Amino acid sequence: MRLDLGDLGFDEGAHLLVKRASRQLSLGEEMHVTGNAPELFTHLRVWCRSEGSAFRLESGRGGDASAAIIRSAAESDRWAGAESCGGARGSEPAAVVEQPPRTWGLAARGATVEVGAPEYGFTLVDKTEVWSAQAPRFYAQGAAAQWDPQTAIPWDAPCDVPDDVEDAIVQIMTYLIENETAALMVPSRFIAQLHPHFREVMQVLALQAADEARHIEIFTRRALLKRDKLGLSTSGGQASLKTLIEEPDYAVASFLLSVLGEGTFLNLLRFIEMHASDPITAAVARFAAQDEARHVAFGLAHIGEHLERNPAARSRLAAGVRRRSDALRHTAGLNAEVFDALIILAAGSWEHAAIRRGFQRVMQLTRDMDEGRQKRLARLGFDQREAMELSGLHTRNFM
Amino acid sequence: MRERGAFVLGAVAYDPKVVAIWDGFQSYFERNGLAFDYVLFTNYERQVEAHFAGQIDIAWNSPLAWLQAERIAAALGRRVEAVCMRDTDRDLTSAILVRSDGELQKVADLKGKRVAVGAHDSPQATLIPLDFIADGGLIPGRDFEVRYFDLLVGKHGDHIGGEREAARALLRGDVDAACMIDSNVLLFAQEATLPSGSTRVLAHTPAYDHCNFTVLDGAPAGSVQRFRELLLAMSYSDPDVRPLLDMEGLKRWMPGRTAGYGALSAALDRFGTVDEFVLFASARTCA
Repeated sequence: MRLDLGDLGFDEGAHLLVKRASRQLSLGEEMHVTGNAPELFTHLRVWCRSEGSAFRLESGRGGDASAAIIRSAAESDRWAGAESCGGARGSEPAAVVEQPPRTWGLAARGATVEVGAPEYGFTLVDKTEVWSAQAPRFYAQGAAAQWDPQTAIPWDAPCDVPDDVEDAIVQIMTYLIENETAALMVPSRFIAQLHPHFREVMQVLALQAADEARHIEIFTRRALLKRDKLGLSTSGGQASLKTLIEEPDYAVASFLLSVLGEGTFLNLLRFIEMHASDPITAAVARFAAQDEARHVAFGLAHIGEHLERNPAARSRLAAGVRRRSDALRHTAGLNAEVFDALIILAAGSWEHAAIRRGFQRVMQLTRDMDEGRQKRLARLGFDQREAMELSGLHTRNFM
Repeated sequence: MRERGAFVLGAVAYDPKVVAIWDGFQSYFERNGLAFDYVLFTNYERQVEAHFAGQIDIAWNSPLAWLQAERIAAALGRRVEAVCMRDTDRDLTSAILVRSDGELQKVADLKGKRVAVGAHDSPQATLIPLDFIADGGLIPGRDFEVRYFDLLVGKHGDHIGGEREAARALLRGDVDAACMIDSNVLLFAQEATLPSGSTRVLAHTPAYDHCNFTVLDGAPAGSVQRFRELLLAMSYSDPDVRPLLDMEGLKRWMPGRTAGYGALSAALDRFGTVDEFVLFASARTCA
């Protein structure tokens, strides 16, 4: 084989042409390289040495120099035993393997991985536990539904709210920020433990974290619209959230956060939207609920598939709820200030009749939350008795 | 505590990666039944003396250290052997570079000029090229000025810094020519230390060889043999050893050969570079 490099030098990328041509050589076959770039043969000799290829300078016909090089086995040796790590398209049935080796590491799913790569410490490596066939769809939906906090919320809309109601809104926002922080941290923790082979799950979790980041922003901004200080944070509320972010089991954490916690939050956010007396509060609740609905749907899909593949996991999920309830037995759960703030929001004034109405609405909210949790538990195959029990044990802090 | 009977290698710590390299080799040798340990030195002279003092069994020697050991051994009536070397240690050349737009066309044109070289003890960037120029009739220091770029003397030019500084001096016009190993001609071109077309090769030295694993007579023959076998058995297709080969810059180990040290030996004879060291090290070894 002959290769003429013309005036292309090794300081201009000539090695690419030599590499490409030498791949077509059989082992031991010679290739004759010509060219007239300055110092071409000095560079070629060094390049061959570093590649393990033999090099011999020869004087060509007509006085032009050329070099004979013989391809070494080094490149094929490097890729001997390399394996394909699944398929790139998550929608294809065989694309995602049951237990991807940790040595596949960060390689893109579908890439060819050199043998000998370091072993990563991912702990979530079992498809049964983490995968959802619907993850690609949820990721696409989530990516398309990202909104800009600056433009989505009508920050300049009229916001003529009585002082007491404004205080209540600030307290509710303070509580929401705290809870959304937990909802940001839970998926973030698991992203770092998840084998990137489960790419679409990783992407869905990343979007969830991004969603929560926006929620934290808009709740903070609403709280500070007319006030310089935020409200109260109780130790009971924090104790509840701590049990959530410290839950080590991914499926249990996903169940507690997305199915039960964010599911309950859907009712709460719709309640706030419905009873808000200003359009800004209504909008922040509406936009957050829109994202939370997707998180709940993904949680249901993931846990549903998990239980389908591993029905025995149902008792583990239930145990997770009971364990959390036990841990919180001696705490107050939802802080009284938030509870009262919700009544004031729903009442809109201090009229007795209004307060009574607000109180009834909050009672109805807790019943709606319970009903919603039971429905979701039933969808996951829990029987009515267990669904009632588990819903009843869910934290009084809602999330 | 390590096994007392371990086969001990000496190596010079010219770069922090040296620790990772020899830790890796230690693990490879021990996996294959050769009790192995290593000692790092800050310079080759100390390593050569430690070798003759019996503190190490085998030395990963620069070509200059090999010749130092060979000459001390000759003075003491002992023998040295080159056990193995890298495929990339064979048939190297050095180049004398000049600026493309300059008028220098042949080695004789260096008369009265300023020539940049590497460290005083660099075989590839100083000793071999200066001897090559001297073969052409120009004596360094008399017929042309030598500008040394002395980074890390004692490491025999293993550190690339001196040659890079020499290349930069050439570009700046501080010198008229610069000497370096051929692999740096390519490296400096690819990293744009030497922009494309800015320099050209005035001359190449004849080919020479570089490092080898050196043993003295009296080294434990069984361990030396096992060491050699295990090195030659390392395959680039083995993912466990490939990272070590990549770090050490080779695709396969070759048997040691000593035919490629003639050019450097001639340079040492001409310049007397190691005479004093050989004399005193031999005397200290006897004492």
